[in-house]
Amino acid sequence: MNDKLKNTRDEIVRISGVNPKKCMKCGKCTATCPAFDEMEYHPHQFVAMVENGDIQPLLESESLYRCLSCFACVDRCPRGVEPAKLVEAVRLTVIRKKGGNRLKTDDIPALLDENIPQQALVSALRKYAK
Amino acid sequence: MKVSYFPGCTLKNKAKQLDIYARKCAEVLGITLEEIEAWQCCGGVFTTSRDEVATKLSSVRALQAAKEKEQVLVSVCSACHNVIKQTNHAMQNDTEFADRVNRYNDVEYDGSTKVYHYLEMLRDLVGMDKIKEKVVNPLNGEKIAAYYGCLLLRPNSVMQMDDPENPTIIEDIIKALGGVPVIYPYRNECCGGYVTMDDPEFSRKKSENVVVSAKNGGASRIITACPLCKYNLDKQAPDIPVVYLTELLAEALGVKEDGDER
Ligand code: SF4
Ligand code: SF4
Ligand code: SF4
Ligand code: SF4
Repeated sequence: MNDKLKNTRDEIVRISGVNPKKCMKCGKCTATCPAFDEMEYHPHQFVAMVENGDIQPLLESESLYRCLSCFACVDRCPRGVEPAKLVEAVRLTVIRKKGGNRLKTDDIPALLDENIPQQALVSALRKYAK
Repeated sequence: MKVSYFPGCTLKNKAKQLDIYARKCAEVLGITLEEIEAWQCCGGVFTTSRDEVATKLSSVRALQAAKEKEQVLVSVCSACHNVIKQTNHAMQNDTEFADRVNRYNDVEYDGSTKVYHYLEMLRDLVGMDKIKEKVVNPLNGEKIAAYYGCLLLRPNSVMQMDDPENPTIIEDIIKALGGVPVIYPYRNECCGGYVTMDDPEFSRKKSENVVVSAKNGGASRIITACPLCKYNLDKQAPDIPVVYLTELLAEALGVKEDGDER
């Protein structure tokens, strides 16, 4: 791991408040994750990859945008690792960068329909843009 | 009894039925929802990262406003409740975060406001017996599926509403209104949430699971407290109505307006 990646890893761990070393690799988080099918890296892999400093593939992964923040993995992890907080911290690392927004405000009008609640827009902006 | 009330942006727009009937039903049950002045949108989702401060200030201001009136803070939208409750928990337990927040705001907020979801208000401040007593149009055994989704129950260490894997709070209310609750496997699994803005097909699959599961249980209606759940489920439920729990309550308590569809 070079210094830059190491700093990124340390920052992710710090802002998430997660201690990846607590993970016992049981896979329960992944088993319960409703986004499992859609993720190239599953919640237990996020934990292991952050611990190993294998950050670059996570930063580039679409999996970041599939997480529903449903907290199933948080509640059902027997070790209290809270994988969702790591996923969030990695995603923030990407979208906080200049030009890193996943959702651009100009794209929004095309996504609207008559019934869409304001909540969908504000939530998506929180998760996909800074 | 008066409580502070945080309606939220969606309840002023697409989810007016959630707001209007929440107020009317509360009045029938002896509680006045006093809307907080000049509240700001909570942002819909709580950002779990500890260094994220600015996005949590609107919740802190609402909590502080309730504290100044010495009232509990109630919201009906599952998302507002989740964001405000998680923010309050962070103010109580993460001193570094709390210090940063208090440097933005004029006053020091200490996390002491009690936060209730409307459902908790019904259970803990009103009580099922009182609700039963006020029912004028009982649901006559109608089979109703309560949809919790994720935001009401999780993370359980913070939300503390009910058993997150086997909740009963909405079912108890359905029973108090004379209905029969349907217990179905997907009632506390996510509907696909905001990912509908990024990958609608993925959200569609999640919502479909919920709707099919509720229908297999024999439900004639699904109830929710979350406008985004309703939006996602509605799209997969052409043949089963998805209504806000406050609408169901309003029907049973006899405060649903004439001309409103059943
Ligand atoms: S459930 Fe917890 S302990 Fe098990 S693999 Fe996931 S993070 Fe690790
Ligand atoms: S919070 Fe994200 S990672 Fe965790 S179970 Fe839900 S979708 Fe999966
Ligand atoms: S959760 Fe929703 S309705 Fe509530 S204020 Fe926040 S975004 Fe708006
Ligand atoms: S079920 Fe869906 S909209 Fe509802 S609380 Fe979960 S993500 Fe939100």
